[in-house]
Amino acid sequence: MIEKLEQLCELVLHEVDEAQDLKTVNDLRVTYLGKKSPIQELSQEMRNLSIEEKKVFGKTLNEVTTKLNNAIEEKRSVLEAIELNNKLESESIDISLPATKVNLGTPNILERIIEEIEELLISMGYDVVDGPEIEEDRFNFELLNIPKGHPARDAQDTFYLEDEKILLRSQTSPVQARVMLENKGQKPIRMICPGKTYRRDNDDATHSHQFMQIEGLLVDKNVSLSDLKGTIDVIVKKLFGETIETRFRPSYYQFTEPSVEVDISCFNCHGDGCNICKSSGWITVAGAGIVHPNVLRNCGYNPEEWTGFAFGFGAERLAMLKYGINDIRVFYSTDLRELKTFDRKDND
Amino acid sequence: MISLNWVKDYIDIESENLKELAVKITKAGINVEKVITNHIDNLVIGEVLECVEHPDSDHLHVCKVNVGNETIQIVCGASNVRAGLKVIVALPGAILPGDFEIKKGKIRGVESNGMICALFELGLEEKTEENYNKGITELNSDAIPGEDPMKYLGLDDTVYELDVHKHRNNDCYYHIGFAYEIAAVLNKKVTLPESATNPISDDVNNYFNLKVETPKCPYYLAKMVRDVRIGESPEFIKKRLLAAGMRPINNVVDISNYVMLEYGQPLHFFDKDKLGNNVLVRDAYEGEQITTLDGKERTLKSSDIVITDGEKPVCVAGVMGGLNTDVDGNTKDILIESAIFEATSIRYTAEHLNLKSEASIRYGKGLNYEYTLSAIERACHLLEKYAGAKVLTGIVKHDTLEKNEKKVTFNPNDINKMLGINISEDDMKVELNRLDFPFELENGLFTVTIPNRRLDIESNVNDIAEEIGRLYGYHNLVSTLPSGEIRRGQYVGDVKYRKLISKRLRSLGLNESKTYTLVSSEMAKMFKYDNAINIDLPNYMSVDKAVVRTSLIPSLLKIYEYNKARKVNDILLYEISKVYDKDYNEDTKVSILMKGSYLTNNWQNNNTKVDFYLVKGIVENLLDYLGLKNRYTFEKDLINDLHPGICAKIMIDRQPAGIIGRVHPNVHKDEIYVVELSMKSLMKNIKPIKFKEASKYPTVTKDMAFIINKKVPSSDILEVIKRVGSRLLTDIDVFDVYVGENVGSDEKSIAYTLTFADPTRTLSDDEVNELFKRIISEVEIKTGARLRDK
Repeated sequence: MIEKLEQLCELVLHEVDEAQDLKTVNDLRVTYLGKKSPIQELSQEMRNLSIEEKKVFGKTLNEVTTKLNNAIEEKRSVLEAIELNNKLESESIDISLPATKVNLGTPNILERIIEEIEELLISMGYDVVDGPEIEEDRFNFELLNIPKGHPARDAQDTFYLEDEKILLRSQTSPVQARVMLENKGQKPIRMICPGKTYRRDNDDATHSHQFMQIEGLLVDKNVSLSDLKGTIDVIVKKLFGETIETRFRPSYYQFTEPSVEVDISCFNCHGDGCNICKSSGWITVAGAGIVHPNVLRNCGYNPEEWTGFAFGFGAERLAMLKYGINDIRVFYSTDLRELKTFDRKDND
Repeated sequence: MISLNWVKDYIDIESENLKELAVKITKAGINVEKVITNHIDNLVIGEVLECVEHPDSDHLHVCKVNVGNETIQIVCGASNVRAGLKVIVALPGAILPGDFEIKKGKIRGVESNGMICALFELGLEEKTEENYNKGITELNSDAIPGEDPMKYLGLDDTVYELDVHKHRNNDCYYHIGFAYEIAAVLNKKVTLPESATNPISDDVNNYFNLKVETPKCPYYLAKMVRDVRIGESPEFIKKRLLAAGMRPINNVVDISNYVMLEYGQPLHFFDKDKLGNNVLVRDAYEGEQITTLDGKERTLKSSDIVITDGEKPVCVAGVMGGLNTDVDGNTKDILIESAIFEATSIRYTAEHLNLKSEASIRYGKGLNYEYTLSAIERACHLLEKYAGAKVLTGIVKHDTLEKNEKKVTFNPNDINKMLGINISEDDMKVELNRLDFPFELENGLFTVTIPNRRLDIESNVNDIAEEIGRLYGYHNLVSTLPSGEIRRGQYVGDVKYRKLISKRLRSLGLNESKTYTLVSSEMAKMFKYDNAINIDLPNYMSVDKAVVRTSLIPSLLKIYEYNKARKVNDILLYEISKVYDKDYNEDTKVSILMKGSYLTNNWQNNNTKVDFYLVKGIVENLLDYLGLKNRYTFEKDLINDLHPGICAKIMIDRQPAGIIGRVHPNVHKDEIYVVELSMKSLMKNIKPIKFKEASKYPTVTKDMAFIINKKVPSSDILEVIKRVGSRLLTDIDVFDVYVGENVGSDEKSIAYTLTFADPTRTLSDDEVNELFKRIISEVEIKTGARLRDK
């Protein structure tokens, strides 16, 4: 009987070894270890044996059962692993196929420049303020030291809606006048007022009847031209890089005195000479100055007590310089193919 | 145009490098745009010592030329070259006009080390056949070999072309004024030109009777000279006028221009015999006519000023003289006018006559009254000297001019604080002396008198700071930051919302557009859903920018067209901009345009197309983000230019806040969806965010479907479910909408999944079933829907 058992064991082990899939393995278990299996039959016959024989046979039976069980389990786990592998392999995809396009919206290029400056200046204590685009002559000109009849307010340049009364603002400075009047000459002011402005220009590559200014105003006690220079320094370094230098040149504006034009060292050629700076090594980016005492007085601030500085950048000019754009109409045509370049962070 | 040779009459700049001087002047605020000079390097006077025929040519000559320190051989083709001649020699390295560089070389085998030149080859004469035939330029025998021929010929002038800001474009455009600017830059003194005369004993007042009847002429001076001899001007006057851009005519006319370019004061010369004995200055009569010097008949307006002989006009004041009293070849006696007229009046006259003369330009900018007298005296001096004139004593004069002295009192510390520099009281004295601003110093306070030539300077400290600053050099300023108290900066009011909305829409995949506020009247008529009346621009520039828009959608449609024409298929846009109506009421519109696919994966055939519900989802996302959840509804409506079956009003707190819908096929055949919201309606007070713990207890979900008339909006059912479900109903989702043969032809079926939960306990089945039944019966009663059997 033992011999029979051992023969059976050999046979089963061989079949397990030969098995190619899980079903065969399961069938083997049922066939050889199940209720009506030959092993069960042999164990039934055990009762016919003597006690001594029972002992020996029983031991062998146990050994064989364990051996077969282990062999089947082992085989099963091998086959399961193979099966899983096959399944995973069949699920494998071509990861190089194109992705589902998840769109990221882009800001208008001008807004991008404006937001960069806003974030910086907010951190320096400046408020970002808004004002009307249809403005009264008083705010756009008169309070800003440009009285009626002054050549600087040529009707040729301004979109008047009502003669000498209501107009599309030709600059964002009226917002500064409004904020000064609101503060009634009492509080220091730090503000910028980026926004749209309008002048009677024919649109072409370098002119636009609608354009955006980024003007800033600071009113406090003991404000100097050097403070203005330091402030502009910070802004242009943020926009064009830490190595950029600022230079002031004397200039003239009606609402500032002294007035300066702001040049920055050429970020492109660093003075070696290129088209952008016309080989001068310097690029004009802003107008600025100490707020004219008449403007302070007109807007409720006593010039004996308060001083201020103001600066104005053209958003279009900054964007054209920074991104190498040659046509101002780009900002107003929203060509989505062009805008796609701007759906990412910039190089810090 | 400023001739530096001319300026040298008033200030010593002999030792200055004029290019460097231009840079210094520019740094101090007067922009020298161009430095024009006739100087050519390696150009010398030469003396032809020997001249023989070229062995291999019938017209070339081989010359030995003494050029000062050496004698060189030059091959020359000019027929007039000969031994003994003094000539202009361009040595190797000289660059002649046209970038023509002179090099050593051989001409037909003979060495030639330079070129003997004609003036036209140096760009100093025109390239005519006549000049060409004259051959090389022959200099006089007193020319010294080796010296600069330009200087010898008096052609070595340097001219500055200025581009000056408005405020300085009067005093910097005459030579004495500019000399003061150089004096300030270099710390030197200005010497005014000679103006003394030897008058004859006869007084101009014996001949002329002056009457001024217009307040627009506050100052009028006239002097008289006799027996002028009209002829050519001396060389220096001709050369200087040419350098400054004016054509010499004759000595008398040239002197009038010369003095104007010296002092900035326009003069007018009348032929005394033609004028008679009266000068009457008055406002012109409307429609009055005069033939001006250029031979044209001009019709005047009553706002113009005229000089008359008592009756008929003889000069359009400040603009141009009349032909009837002009100085001609026979003129003997002259009345010289030097006057001040109101600047705005002259500007207007010049404009309406379309006559911008040298005089009118200067009058238009304003004049220094101190030079009105100086100029007339200087003119007498020059006429006496260069036209043989006899000057009469006396002056005809009208003077009602207010001559206010401008004075500024300040402490040097005020200037230092304003500029962020530190200059001492002594330095301040130096600076003011450089500017030639007279001052008094008392107890540390300066009182400065502003010279009248500086019309731009007002009576405030900032003006002085500007003058000190520009001479100190703005490039020398250090960079500091304002020291005042710093507050938290922030986006204020509308801007805050604009930024929030903008960033949210971008994160939802929409691209920001920026379009023009001014649109065509056709565009302005579209999408008029809120009855706003547009502002029509008076004097618009072009028809496409004639109206102030009240909706951004037409502009976005234009952007859509632009991109479509460039083969962009998926177009997702937004814009936030201000609009204005006829009464100047302002609103900010948030507008969206969407067309094409929102998410794209073509190869998987898995595109999320933009449709009404996607756009609605974008809007809801935005409104939820702004804290308006449960405060808005979409109400079906008919809206201009939107598809009548696919559009709605967006209501917030039951007030109209905007529109949403598909663009009407009549407006555009493409399937385009648009939204426009009024930003005002989005700016609401909302509750602060509070943490809400997720329920620890199980949720129960149950489905139900209703059949209802097609025309009834699903929101009717939803409202009832929400109301009845109340606190225990945590979520509702529509999972199926069916139209077809299993329901009536005018019906639809809508299926919902309802989720119930209580954050504090487990719900019992009975409880949920009871609530579920109540919802069903309530929906059936309130909406006329019936439960659909499964």
